[in-house]
Amino acid sequence: QKVSVEVLDHLEHLALVDFRDSEGVERLQKAIQFADQLHEVNTDGVEPMDSVLEDRWCLYLREDDVTEGNCTKELLENAREKVEEYFVAPPGNIPLPKLEERDTFLQGS
Amino acid sequence: LAPWIPVVGLEIHAQISSNSKLFSGSQVQFAAPPNSLVSFFDASLPGTLPVLNRRCVEAAVMTGLALNCSINKKSLFDRKHYFYADLPAGYQITQQRVPIAVNGSLSYTLCIDNKMSQMVTKTVRIKQIQLEQDSGKSLHDDSRCQTLVDLNRAGVGLMEVVMEPDMCCGEEAAAAVRELQLILQTLGSSQAVMAEGQLRVDANVSVHHPGEPYGVRTEVKNINSIRFLAKAVDYEIRRQIEELENGGTILNETRAFDSKLGCTVPMRDKEGKQDYRFMPEPNLPPLILYDAKSLPANMNHQQVINIDWIHERLPDLPSVKREKLVEQYGILPEHSFTLLNEDGLAEFFESVVKQTQMKPKKVIGWILNDLLSYLKQHSLTVKESPVSSFLLADLLNLLEKKEISSTVAKRVLAELWKGEGKTPLEIVKEQKLELLQDQKELEQICQAVIDGQENEVIMMVLG
Repeated sequence: QKVSVEVLDHLEHLALVDFRDSEGVERLQKAIQFADQLHEVNTDGVEPMDSVLEDRWCLYLREDDVTEGNCTKELLENAREKVEEYFVAPPGNIPLPKLEERDTFLQGS
Repeated sequence: LAPWIPVVGLEIHAQISSNSKLFSGSQVQFAAPPNSLVSFFDASLPGTLPVLNRRCVEAAVMTGLALNCSINKKSLFDRKHYFYADLPAGYQITQQRVPIAVNGSLSYTLCIDNKMSQMVTKTVRIKQIQLEQDSGKSLHDDSRCQTLVDLNRAGVGLMEVVMEPDMCCGEEAAAAVRELQLILQTLGSSQAVMAEGQLRVDANVSVHHPGEPYGVRTEVKNINSIRFLAKAVDYEIRRQIEELENGGTILNETRAFDSKLGCTVPMRDKEGKQDYRFMPEPNLPPLILYDAKSLPANMNHQQVINIDWIHERLPDLPSVKREKLVEQYGILPEHSFTLLNEDGLAEFFESVVKQTQMKPKKVIGWILNDLLSYLKQHSLTVKESPVSSFLLADLLNLLEKKEISSTVAKRVLAELWKGEGKTPLEIVKEQKLELLQDQKELEQICQAVIDGQENEVIMMVLG
């Protein structure tokens, strides 16, 4: 079962991954095949597991105290561009180019 | 032409009133220097992990109980993925599979035909309440073609309250949100001030003919006040009806309310149907809540949230407070509705009643007609009133003791509004407004008037 071009395009939009070439797509299809093995197990009536620690893992509750923050300078050191103390981003999401305009494997497929 | 049935549902995001954020220890505060209230976790730096704030959970449980919900003793956290500059992690931690509270209800009151005397009670079902993170704030600088991002709000705790589509118009939506706002403020779980973004409402609107399935719905965002909520919903209903009657179709889209033009417009930057790729949040185990029966014996108290303990300590909700006011003071239901609708007015009323011999049924008139209308005229809140409850009670005592007439009382009140610090008694004495009680003095005055108007008196006596 092959993954369709539409699905590949959709995945690239959602996750901003680049399958780049046929090898990348092969790898994806093998990964899906591997995961599909899960369907061989009958899970009727079985609750999905959230964690291998099951009941032993208690969610820790923190007291409502202010203990962090106030590190503007440090955080902005990571910014490529800043204006006063704001991070700078493009005006909106830059959409992935349409399939036809892309310079990757999917374009030729 | 077949009638149309409008259907309105609401998604309300209420910012939790807490000192620190939902999953980190940075401070929650409105209007602080940009990016000063941001921890490494909020900025999504690698190697950071979420740690749940106990107070946020308690706020959500309180709210769920107040809205008659079933509290899920086990609820789960999930990641909702989408890309936006103010969401540094690329996902929001929310509760999509099993939220903290489900299946509640909210009762609210409507005035029929704008007549306060004809009030009707309606109910809207609450589908669920979930805990989730707020995103940062984007400031669009169109002139420089860029967006400035402030993460102070990123990670603040939110309660998303989902109301089923049981409403049919802007007025109902507005009344339901107003009641929710009052409940949240009474509980203290959220200050719910819409102007400060602590309460955000999105409306889902569709129309259909009776007997037919529900129509395509649109989502309306960018509603900044309760008044605009009613306008936006009513506009969208009219727009959809017009579109359908002209043979058009309704797109399942997101629209923004333009308050200046009073209409809804399609929102740009919405790339078709979003696929959020929900997945369990791997860094957070299930949230377990307890009640009196299930309370574990050996656990550290600080790590245990007891639903029953919270239930016992819930304050009186607005609907209960209204009933108590009616019962205790003999005022009308519409009076107590107005008392609770103005911040601080009920307390002011009760304070005046305590300090005066005048009956509450009479006091209420002075509060609602005189005090409130003055405050409204000058756009003042009860807290900003130049006339304190002490001064008003003082004035009403003079009236009650018949030292002044009701007309004079209104004049004195007008003087008191100037806030010059004079007491009612001082004003009365200054302007000689006292009612005369002395019989002899009265006779003297009457005689003097008669003496000065001999001709008129003769005319009157002759008939």
